[in-house]
Amino acid sequence: MTATAIRIQESALDPAAAVLDHTVPAGEPYLLAIDKGQTLRIVDLEGNQAVDVIFYNRDDGAEHYSATETLLRQGGIYLTTGSVLYSDDGNPMLTIVADTCGRHDTLGGACAAESNTVRYALQKKFMHSCRDNYLTALQHADIGLGKRDLVPNINFFMNVPVTESGDLSFADGVSAPGKYVELRAEMNLWMLVSNCPQLNNPCNAYNPTPARFLLWNPQ
Amino acid sequence: MEHPELALDNPPASAPVDAIEHWRRFAPDLPADKVLFSELVPGGGHWSYRLPRGTTLRMTALDAGANLSLVLYSAQEKLERYNMPDSLKAQHTAHYTRGHVLMSDMGRSMASITADTVGWHDPLGLLLDNRLMHEKYGDHIYQQYRNAMYRSGRDGLLIEIGKYGLAKRDLVAPVNFFSKVVVDGEGRFRYVTNHAKAGDSVDLRIDMDVIVAYSAAPHPLDPNPAYAPGKIGLAVWRSGPAPKDDYCRAFRPENARALHNTDMLYLV
Repeated sequence: MTATAIRIQESALDPAAAVLDHTVPAGEPYLLAIDKGQTLRIVDLEGNQAVDVIFYNRDDGAEHYSATETLLRQGGIYLTTGSVLYSDDGNPMLTIVADTCGRHDTLGGACAAESNTVRYALQKKFMHSCRDNYLTALQHADIGLGKRDLVPNINFFMNVPVTESGDLSFADGVSAPGKYVELRAEMNLWMLVSNCPQLNNPCNAYNPTPARFLLWNPQ
Repeated sequence: MEHPELALDNPPASAPVDAIEHWRRFAPDLPADKVLFSELVPGGGHWSYRLPRGTTLRMTALDAGANLSLVLYSAQEKLERYNMPDSLKAQHTAHYTRGHVLMSDMGRSMASITADTVGWHDPLGLLLDNRLMHEKYGDHIYQQYRNAMYRSGRDGLLIEIGKYGLAKRDLVAPVNFFSKVVVDGEGRFRYVTNHAKAGDSVDLRIDMDVIVAYSAAPHPLDPNPAYAPGKIGLAVWRSGPAPKDDYCRAFRPENARALHNTDMLYLV
Protein backbone atom coordinates (compact mmCIF):
# COMPACT_ATOMS: atom_id res chain seq x y z
CA MET A 1 0.00 0.00 0.00
CA THR A 2 1.81 3.11 -1.13
CA ALA A 3 -0.82 5.46 -2.48
CA THR A 4 -2.64 7.46 0.12
CA ALA A 5 -5.24 8.95 -2.19
CA ILE A 6 -8.84 9.10 -1.06
CA ARG A 7 -10.52 5.67 -1.30
CA ILE A 8 -14.23 5.71 -0.50
CA GLN A 9 -15.63 2.37 0.64
CA GLU A 10 -19.04 1.78 2.17
CA SER A 11 -19.77 -0.92 4.73
CA ALA A 12 -22.43 -3.62 4.61
CA LEU A 13 -22.57 -4.00 8.41
CA ASP A 14 -25.99 -3.50 10.00
CA PRO A 15 -26.09 -1.22 13.06
CA ALA A 16 -28.92 -3.35 14.45
CA ALA A 17 -26.44 -6.24 14.73
CA ALA A 18 -23.78 -4.25 16.56
CA VAL A 19 -22.76 -5.46 20.03
CA LEU A 20 -22.07 -1.88 21.13
CA ASP A 21 -23.65 1.38 20.03
CA HIS A 22 -22.45 4.33 22.08
CA THR A 23 -22.54 8.06 21.44
CA VAL A 24 -19.85 10.23 23.04
CA PRO A 25 -21.03 13.79 23.66
CA ALA A 26 -19.04 16.69 22.28
CA GLY A 27 -15.79 17.36 24.12
CA GLU A 28 -15.67 14.16 26.19
CA PRO A 29 -13.17 11.30 26.64
CA TYR A 30 -13.90 7.64 26.01
CA LEU A 31 -11.90 4.46 26.69
CA LEU A 32 -13.03 1.20 25.09
CA ALA A 33 -11.70 -2.35 25.05
CA ILE A 34 -11.83 -3.88 21.57
CA ASP A 35 -11.15 -7.57 20.88
CA LYS A 36 -9.11 -8.93 18.01
CA GLY A 37 -11.40 -9.55 15.06
CA GLN A 38 -14.06 -7.06 16.08
CA THR A 39 -14.96 -4.23 13.71
CA LEU A 40 -15.22 -0.69 14.99
CA ARG A 41 -17.16 2.09 13.29
CA ILE A 42 -16.72 5.74 14.22
CA VAL A 43 -19.46 8.04 12.93
CA ASP A 44 -19.10 11.81 12.56
CA LEU A 45 -22.76 12.43 13.42
CA GLU A 46 -23.01 16.14 12.61
CA GLY A 47 -19.94 16.64 10.40
CA ASN A 48 -16.48 18.19 10.71
CA GLN A 49 -15.82 16.76 14.17
CA ALA A 50 -12.23 15.74 14.89
CA VAL A 51 -12.14 12.47 16.83
CA ASP A 52 -8.68 12.09 18.41
CA VAL A 53 -7.75 8.44 18.93
CA ILE A 54 -4.77 6.44 20.22
CA PHE A 55 -4.70 2.64 20.22
CA TYR A 56 -2.74 0.43 22.62
CA ASN A 57 -2.11 -3.31 22.69
CA ARG A 58 -4.38 -4.42 25.54
CA ASP A 59 -2.05 -7.37 26.26
CA ASP A 60 1.03 -5.11 26.46
CA GLY A 61 0.29 -1.45 27.11
CA ALA A 62 3.84 -0.47 26.22
CA GLU A 63 2.99 -1.19 22.56
CA HIS A 64 1.11 1.70 21.04
CA TYR A 65 -0.07 3.05 17.71
CA SER A 66 2.86 4.66 15.93
CA ALA A 67 2.21 7.40 13.45
CA THR A 68 5.74 7.23 12.07
CA GLU A 69 5.77 3.44 11.64
CA THR A 70 2.36 3.61 9.94
CA LEU A 71 3.45 6.40 7.60
CA LEU A 72 6.78 4.78 6.78
CA ARG A 73 5.09 1.53 5.80
CA GLN A 74 2.40 3.09 3.64
CA GLY A 75 4.72 5.71 2.17
CA GLY A 76 2.50 8.71 2.89
CA ILE A 77 0.64 10.71 5.48
CA TYR A 78 -3.12 10.29 5.06
CA LEU A 79 -5.24 7.35 6.19
CA THR A 80 -8.15 5.87 4.23
CA THR A 81 -9.59 2.49 3.18
CA GLY A 82 -6.82 -0.12 3.11
CA SER A 83 -4.49 1.74 5.45
CA VAL A 84 -2.99 -0.49 8.13
CA LEU A 85 -2.25 1.11 11.49
CA TYR A 86 1.05 -0.19 12.85
CA SER A 87 2.45 -0.21 16.35
CA ASP A 88 5.85 1.11 17.39
CA ASP A 89 7.01 -2.52 17.29
CA GLY A 90 5.90 -2.81 13.67
CA ASN A 91 2.86 -5.01 14.31
CA PRO A 92 -0.47 -4.39 12.54
CA MET A 93 -3.01 -3.10 15.07
CA LEU A 94 -6.01 -2.30 12.88
CA THR A 95 -6.95 -2.16 9.20
CA ILE A 96 -9.30 0.45 7.77
CA VAL A 97 -11.95 -1.62 5.98
CA ALA A 98 -14.47 1.08 5.12
CA ASP A 99 -14.34 4.86 4.89
CA THR A 100 -16.94 7.28 3.55
CA CYS A 101 -14.88 10.35 4.51
CA GLY A 102 -11.72 9.45 2.59
CA ARG A 103 -9.00 11.24 4.51
CA HIS A 104 -7.87 11.21 8.13
CA ASP A 105 -4.98 13.07 9.70
CA THR A 106 -1.85 11.57 11.24
CA LEU A 107 0.29 14.66 11.90
CA GLY A 108 -1.87 17.23 13.71
CA GLY A 109 -1.72 15.59 17.11
CA ALA A 110 -4.05 16.32 20.01
CA CYS A 111 -4.67 19.73 21.48
CA ALA A 112 -3.47 20.50 24.98
CA ALA A 113 -3.93 23.35 27.40
CA GLU A 114 -0.21 24.02 27.06
CA SER A 115 -0.16 23.98 23.27
CA ASN A 116 -3.19 26.27 23.28
CA THR A 117 -1.07 28.86 25.10
CA VAL A 118 1.47 28.63 22.29
CA ARG A 119 -0.91 28.52 19.36
CA TYR A 120 -3.47 31.13 20.46
CA ALA A 121 -2.84 33.06 23.69
CA LEU A 122 -1.42 32.47 27.16
CA GLN A 123 -4.86 33.19 28.60
CA LYS A 124 -6.42 30.21 26.75
CA LYS A 125 -4.90 27.72 29.17
CA PHE A 126 -8.09 27.07 31.12
CA MET A 127 -10.02 26.00 28.03
CA HIS A 128 -10.69 22.29 27.57
CA SER A 129 -8.41 20.08 25.52
CA CYS A 130 -7.92 16.57 24.16
CA ARG A 131 -4.93 15.80 26.31
CA ASP A 132 -6.85 16.75 29.46
CA ASN A 133 -9.49 14.32 28.23
CA TYR A 134 -6.89 11.60 27.69
CA LEU A 135 -5.46 12.10 31.17
CA THR A 136 -8.94 12.09 32.71
CA ALA A 137 -9.75 8.74 31.10
CA LEU A 138 -6.38 7.18 31.95
CA GLN A 139 -6.32 8.44 35.55
CA HIS A 140 -9.77 6.99 36.25
CA ALA A 141 -9.11 3.72 34.45
CA ASP A 142 -5.72 3.19 36.14
CA ILE A 143 -4.61 0.56 33.61
CA GLY A 144 -0.91 1.35 33.65
CA LEU A 145 -1.03 4.01 30.95
CA GLY A 146 -0.16 7.66 31.57
CA LYS A 147 1.19 10.84 30.06
CA ARG A 148 4.25 9.11 28.60
CA ASP A 149 1.85 7.03 26.51
CA LEU A 150 0.15 10.04 24.90
CA VAL A 151 1.89 9.56 21.58
CA PRO A 152 0.97 11.27 18.28
CA ASN A 153 -2.62 10.24 17.63
CA ILE A 154 -4.98 9.84 14.69
CA ASN A 155 -7.45 12.63 14.02
CA PHE A 156 -10.35 10.95 12.32
CA PHE A 157 -12.36 13.26 10.04
CA MET A 158 -9.67 15.96 10.20
CA ASN A 159 -7.81 17.37 7.21
CA VAL A 160 -4.25 18.63 7.71
CA PRO A 161 -2.73 19.02 4.26
CA VAL A 162 1.03 19.27 3.79
CA THR A 163 2.23 21.18 0.73
CA GLU A 164 5.23 20.36 -1.45
CA SER A 165 6.87 23.55 -0.21
CA GLY A 166 6.79 22.16 3.33
CA ASP A 167 3.87 24.05 4.84
CA LEU A 168 1.22 22.48 7.02
CA SER A 169 -2.27 23.87 7.28
CA PHE A 170 -5.55 23.12 8.97
CA ALA A 171 -8.03 23.01 6.12
CA ASP A 172 -11.76 23.00 6.38
CA GLY A 173 -13.00 19.52 7.14
CA VAL A 174 -13.48 16.94 4.43
CA SER A 175 -16.13 15.27 6.53
CA ALA A 176 -19.89 15.77 6.62
CA PRO A 177 -22.84 14.58 8.74
CA GLY A 178 -23.01 10.78 8.89
CA LYS A 179 -19.57 10.09 7.40
CA TYR A 180 -17.87 7.13 9.02
CA VAL A 181 -14.70 5.10 9.14
CA GLU A 182 -14.56 1.40 9.97
CA LEU A 183 -11.57 -0.53 11.31
CA ARG A 184 -10.95 -4.22 11.97
CA ALA A 185 -8.89 -4.94 15.09
CA GLU A 186 -5.85 -7.12 14.44
CA MET A 187 -5.05 -7.49 18.16
CA ASN A 188 -6.76 -6.90 21.50
CA LEU A 189 -6.86 -3.17 21.96
CA TRP A 190 -7.52 -0.24 24.16
CA MET A 191 -8.98 2.65 22.22
CA LEU A 192 -8.42 6.02 23.91
CA VAL A 193 -10.62 8.77 22.50
CA SER A 194 -11.03 12.48 22.95
CA ASN A 195 -14.00 13.87 21.10
CA CYS A 196 -12.14 17.10 20.48
CA PRO A 197 -13.31 20.19 22.43
CA GLN A 198 -11.11 22.66 20.52
CA LEU A 199 -12.88 25.97 19.87
CA ASN A 200 -9.96 28.01 18.55
CA ASN A 201 -9.56 26.57 15.05
CA PRO A 202 -11.73 25.05 12.31
CA CYS A 203 -10.95 21.39 13.13
CA ASN A 204 -14.45 21.11 14.63
CA ALA A 205 -15.96 23.90 12.52
CA TYR A 206 -15.93 25.94 15.79
CA ASN A 207 -18.80 23.77 17.00
CA PRO A 208 -17.81 20.45 18.63
CA THR A 209 -20.48 17.77 18.19
CA PRO A 210 -21.12 14.15 19.30
CA ALA A 211 -19.50 11.08 17.78
CA ARG A 212 -21.00 7.58 17.63
CA PHE A 213 -19.08 4.32 18.14
CA LEU A 214 -20.34 0.91 17.03
CA LEU A 215 -18.72 -2.48 17.46
CA TRP A 216 -19.46 -5.76 15.67
CA ASN A 217 -18.22 -9.23 16.49
CA PRO A 218 -16.55 -11.20 13.69
CA GLN A 219 -19.11 -12.57 11.22
CA MET B 1 37.82 -0.89 10.86
CA GLU B 2 35.83 1.44 8.65
CA HIS B 3 36.48 4.55 10.68
CA PRO B 4 40.26 4.89 10.75
CA GLU B 5 40.13 8.47 11.95
CA LEU B 6 38.23 7.25 15.00
CA ALA B 7 40.41 4.23 15.66
CA LEU B 8 42.97 6.23 17.58
CA ASP B 9 45.75 4.89 19.68
CA ASN B 10 45.28 5.18 23.41
CA PRO B 11 46.71 8.45 24.74
CA PRO B 12 50.11 8.54 26.41
CA ALA B 13 50.21 8.58 30.21
CA SER B 14 51.68 12.08 30.12
CA ALA B 15 48.52 13.42 28.37
CA PRO B 16 45.85 10.97 29.39
CA VAL B 17 42.70 12.93 28.48
CA ASP B 18 42.24 12.64 24.72
CA ALA B 19 39.60 15.37 24.43
CA ILE B 20 40.47 16.37 20.90
CA GLU B 21 39.47 19.79 19.59
CA HIS B 22 37.66 18.35 16.58
CA TRP B 23 35.69 21.58 16.20
CA ARG B 24 38.75 23.37 14.84
CA ARG B 25 38.38 21.23 11.69
CA PHE B 26 34.67 21.58 10.99
CA ALA B 27 33.57 24.69 12.94
CA PRO B 28 36.60 27.01 13.03
CA ASP B 29 34.32 30.08 13.11
CA LEU B 30 33.20 29.32 16.68
CA PRO B 31 34.73 31.58 19.37
CA ALA B 32 37.52 29.47 20.89
CA ASP B 33 36.90 30.72 24.43
CA LYS B 34 33.27 29.58 24.30
CA VAL B 35 33.60 26.06 22.91
CA LEU B 36 32.84 23.48 25.60
CA PHE B 37 33.45 20.19 23.77
CA SER B 38 33.23 18.57 20.37
CA GLU B 39 33.13 15.14 18.81
CA LEU B 40 33.14 13.27 15.52
CA VAL B 41 30.19 10.93 15.05
CA PRO B 42 30.71 7.99 12.70
CA GLY B 43 27.81 7.15 10.41
CA GLY B 44 25.44 4.98 12.43
CA GLY B 45 26.93 6.20 15.73
CA HIS B 46 24.76 7.25 18.65
CA TRP B 47 25.25 9.15 21.90
CA SER B 48 23.46 11.33 24.42
CA TYR B 49 24.17 13.95 27.07
CA ARG B 50 22.62 16.64 29.17
CA LEU B 51 22.95 20.13 27.77
CA PRO B 52 22.08 23.20 29.83
CA ARG B 53 20.03 26.19 28.74
CA GLY B 54 22.22 28.77 27.06
CA THR B 55 24.43 26.37 25.14
CA THR B 56 24.26 25.76 21.40
CA LEU B 57 24.83 22.49 19.57
CA ARG B 58 26.56 23.01 16.22
CA MET B 59 25.93 20.05 13.88
CA THR B 60 28.05 19.81 10.73
CA ALA B 61 27.61 17.24 7.97
CA LEU B 62 31.10 15.95 7.19
CA ASP B 63 29.89 13.82 4.26
CA ALA B 64 27.09 14.35 1.77
CA GLY B 65 24.00 12.33 2.63
CA ALA B 66 24.49 12.49 6.40
CA ASN B 67 21.44 12.16 8.64
CA LEU B 68 21.14 12.89 12.35
CA SER B 69 18.00 11.63 14.13
CA LEU B 70 17.68 13.65 17.33
CA VAL B 71 15.26 13.56 20.28
CA LEU B 72 14.97 15.82 23.32
CA TYR B 73 13.71 15.27 26.87
CA SER B 74 13.62 17.77 29.70
CA ALA B 75 16.48 17.00 32.06
CA GLN B 76 14.40 18.11 35.03
CA GLU B 77 11.16 16.28 34.17
CA LYS B 78 11.66 13.53 31.62
CA LEU B 79 7.91 13.25 31.07
CA GLU B 80 8.27 16.53 29.21
CA ARG B 81 9.66 15.74 25.78
CA TYR B 82 9.91 16.95 22.20
CA ASN B 83 6.55 16.72 20.46
CA MET B 84 6.43 16.57 16.68
CA PRO B 85 2.73 17.37 16.14
CA ASP B 86 2.75 20.27 18.60
CA SER B 87 5.81 21.77 16.94
CA LEU B 88 4.52 21.35 13.40
CA LYS B 89 1.02 22.65 13.94
CA ALA B 90 2.12 25.62 16.05
CA GLN B 91 4.46 26.74 13.28
CA HIS B 92 2.30 25.54 10.37
CA THR B 93 5.31 23.79 8.95
CA ALA B 94 6.43 20.41 7.65
CA HIS B 95 10.11 21.37 7.54
CA TYR B 96 12.55 23.05 9.91
CA THR B 97 15.06 25.79 9.27
CA ARG B 98 16.38 28.95 10.98
CA GLY B 99 13.67 30.54 13.13
CA HIS B 100 11.82 27.33 13.96
CA VAL B 101 11.77 26.00 17.50
CA LEU B 102 11.41 22.43 18.77
CA MET B 103 8.54 22.45 21.24
CA SER B 104 7.80 20.11 24.11
CA ASP B 105 4.41 18.59 24.84
CA MET B 106 4.17 21.19 27.63
CA GLY B 107 4.07 24.20 25.35
CA ARG B 108 7.69 25.22 25.77
CA SER B 109 10.53 25.73 23.37
CA MET B 110 13.17 23.10 24.15
CA ALA B 111 15.60 24.25 21.47
CA SER B 112 15.69 26.75 18.60
CA ILE B 113 17.34 26.70 15.20
CA THR B 114 19.44 29.85 15.21
CA ALA B 115 21.59 29.22 12.12
CA ASP B 116 21.25 26.90 9.14
CA THR B 117 23.03 26.52 5.81
CA VAL B 118 20.73 23.69 4.65
CA GLY B 119 17.25 25.28 4.61
CA TRP B 120 15.22 22.12 5.23
CA HIS B 121 15.46 19.51 7.96
CA ASP B 122 12.94 16.68 8.04
CA PRO B 123 10.54 16.80 11.02
CA LEU B 124 8.26 13.93 9.99
CA GLY B 125 9.95 11.55 12.41
CA LEU B 126 10.53 8.47 10.26
CA LEU B 127 13.18 6.24 11.80
CA LEU B 128 15.15 3.25 10.50
CA ASP B 129 14.18 0.16 12.49
CA ASN B 130 15.74 -3.30 12.44
CA ARG B 131 13.15 -4.83 10.12
CA LEU B 132 13.68 -2.22 7.42
CA MET B 133 17.44 -2.19 7.94
CA HIS B 134 17.66 -5.94 7.35
CA GLU B 135 15.35 -5.74 4.34
CA LYS B 136 17.37 -2.97 2.71
CA TYR B 137 20.93 -3.83 3.67
CA GLY B 138 20.99 -7.47 4.78
CA ASP B 139 22.61 -8.72 7.95
CA HIS B 140 25.78 -7.03 9.08
CA ILE B 141 26.36 -8.36 12.54
CA TYR B 142 29.16 -7.66 14.97
CA GLN B 143 30.68 -11.17 14.80
CA GLN B 144 31.61 -10.66 11.16
CA TYR B 145 31.98 -6.93 10.90
CA ARG B 146 33.13 -5.75 14.33
CA ASN B 147 32.77 -1.99 14.62
CA ALA B 148 31.50 -1.77 11.04
CA MET B 149 28.32 -3.65 11.99
CA TYR B 150 25.07 -1.92 11.11
CA ARG B 151 22.99 -0.26 13.80
CA SER B 152 19.44 0.98 13.20
CA GLY B 153 18.43 4.48 14.19
CA ARG B 154 15.74 3.10 16.46
CA ASP B 155 18.14 0.83 18.35
CA GLY B 156 20.64 3.68 18.67
CA LEU B 157 18.02 5.93 20.21
CA LEU B 158 16.62 3.14 22.42
CA ILE B 159 20.11 2.53 23.82
CA GLU B 160 20.61 6.21 24.52
CA ILE B 161 17.28 6.97 26.20
CA GLY B 162 17.63 3.73 28.16
CA LYS B 163 20.63 5.30 29.90
CA TYR B 164 18.20 7.69 31.59
CA GLY B 165 15.57 5.12 32.52
CA LEU B 166 13.43 5.81 29.47
CA ALA B 167 11.87 2.84 27.68
CA LYS B 168 10.66 2.19 24.15
CA ARG B 169 7.23 3.60 24.95
CA ASP B 170 9.04 6.89 25.68
CA LEU B 171 10.79 7.10 22.31
CA VAL B 172 9.35 10.09 20.46
CA ALA B 173 9.38 10.85 16.76
CA PRO B 174 12.81 12.40 16.08
CA VAL B 175 13.92 15.31 13.96
CA ASN B 176 16.02 14.11 11.03
CA PHE B 177 18.60 16.84 10.57
CA PHE B 178 20.19 17.15 7.11
CA SER B 179 17.40 15.12 5.44
CA LYS B 180 14.54 16.31 3.24
CA VAL B 181 11.24 14.53 2.64
CA VAL B 182 8.59 16.23 0.51
CA VAL B 183 4.90 15.31 0.70
CA ASP B 184 3.08 15.42 -2.65
CA GLY B 185 -0.54 16.38 -3.28
CA GLU B 186 -1.68 12.82 -2.63
CA GLY B 187 0.16 12.68 0.66
CA ARG B 188 3.02 10.49 -0.59
CA PHE B 189 6.61 10.86 0.58
CA ARG B 190 9.41 11.82 -1.80
CA TYR B 191 12.92 11.64 -0.34
CA VAL B 192 15.21 14.27 -1.82
CA THR B 193 18.66 12.90 -2.61
CA ASN B 194 21.84 15.00 -2.61
CA HIS B 195 20.24 17.40 -0.14
CA ALA B 196 22.80 18.35 2.50
CA LYS B 197 26.38 18.85 1.30
CA ALA B 198 29.59 18.14 3.15
CA GLY B 199 30.24 21.20 5.30
CA ASP B 200 26.60 22.15 5.77
CA SER B 201 25.80 23.05 9.35
CA VAL B 202 22.92 23.92 11.65
CA ASP B 203 22.95 25.52 15.11
CA LEU B 204 20.48 24.29 17.72
CA ARG B 205 20.30 26.61 20.72
CA ILE B 206 19.24 24.80 23.87
CA ASP B 207 16.43 26.76 25.56
CA MET B 208 15.89 24.52 28.60
CA ASP B 209 18.06 21.95 30.35
CA VAL B 210 17.66 18.85 28.19
CA ILE B 211 18.77 15.32 27.57
CA VAL B 212 19.77 15.11 23.89
CA ALA B 213 19.97 11.71 22.23
CA TYR B 214 20.97 11.16 18.62
CA SER B 215 21.69 8.51 16.03
CA ALA B 216 23.56 9.05 12.78
CA ALA B 217 22.01 6.01 11.07
CA PRO B 218 20.60 6.50 7.55
CA HIS B 219 17.19 8.03 6.97
CA PRO B 220 14.73 5.17 6.36
CA LEU B 221 13.72 6.58 2.96
CA ASP B 222 17.31 7.01 1.76
CA PRO B 223 17.32 5.03 -1.52
CA ASN B 224 21.07 4.29 -1.38
CA PRO B 225 21.22 0.47 -1.54
CA ALA B 226 24.31 0.55 0.68
CA TYR B 227 24.29 1.35 4.39
CA ALA B 228 26.58 4.34 4.04
CA PRO B 229 25.61 7.01 6.55
CA GLY B 230 27.80 10.12 6.59
CA LYS B 231 29.94 11.38 9.46
CA ILE B 232 28.82 14.33 11.53
CA GLY B 233 30.80 16.80 13.61
CA LEU B 234 29.23 18.11 16.82
CA ALA B 235 30.41 21.05 18.89
CA VAL B 236 28.77 22.55 21.96
CA TRP B 237 29.49 26.17 22.80
CA ARG B 238 28.32 28.75 25.30
CA SER B 239 25.94 31.00 23.37
CA GLY B 240 23.72 32.34 26.14
CA PRO B 241 19.92 31.94 26.21
CA ALA B 242 17.57 33.61 23.73
CA PRO B 243 17.87 37.39 23.99
CA LYS B 244 14.82 39.65 23.90
CA ASP B 245 15.45 40.51 20.25
CA ASP B 246 15.99 36.87 19.27
CA TYR B 247 15.35 35.92 15.66
CA CYS B 248 13.37 32.82 16.70
CA ARG B 249 11.16 34.81 19.10
CA ALA B 250 10.28 37.19 16.28
CA PHE B 251 9.90 34.45 13.67
CA ARG B 252 6.32 33.63 14.66
CA PRO B 253 4.07 34.78 17.53
CA GLU B 254 3.71 31.13 18.56
CA ASN B 255 7.49 30.90 18.96
CA ALA B 256 7.54 34.03 21.12
CA ARG B 257 4.97 32.43 23.43
CA ALA B 258 6.78 29.07 23.49
CA LEU B 259 10.04 30.80 24.43
CA HIS B 260 8.17 32.85 27.03
CA ASN B 261 6.79 29.64 28.52
CA THR B 262 10.36 28.30 28.76
CA ASP B 263 11.57 31.53 30.35
CA MET B 264 8.96 30.91 33.06
CA LEU B 265 11.00 27.84 34.12
CA TYR B 266 13.94 30.16 34.89
CA LEU B 267 12.37 32.90 36.94
CA VAL B 268 15.38 33.70 39.12
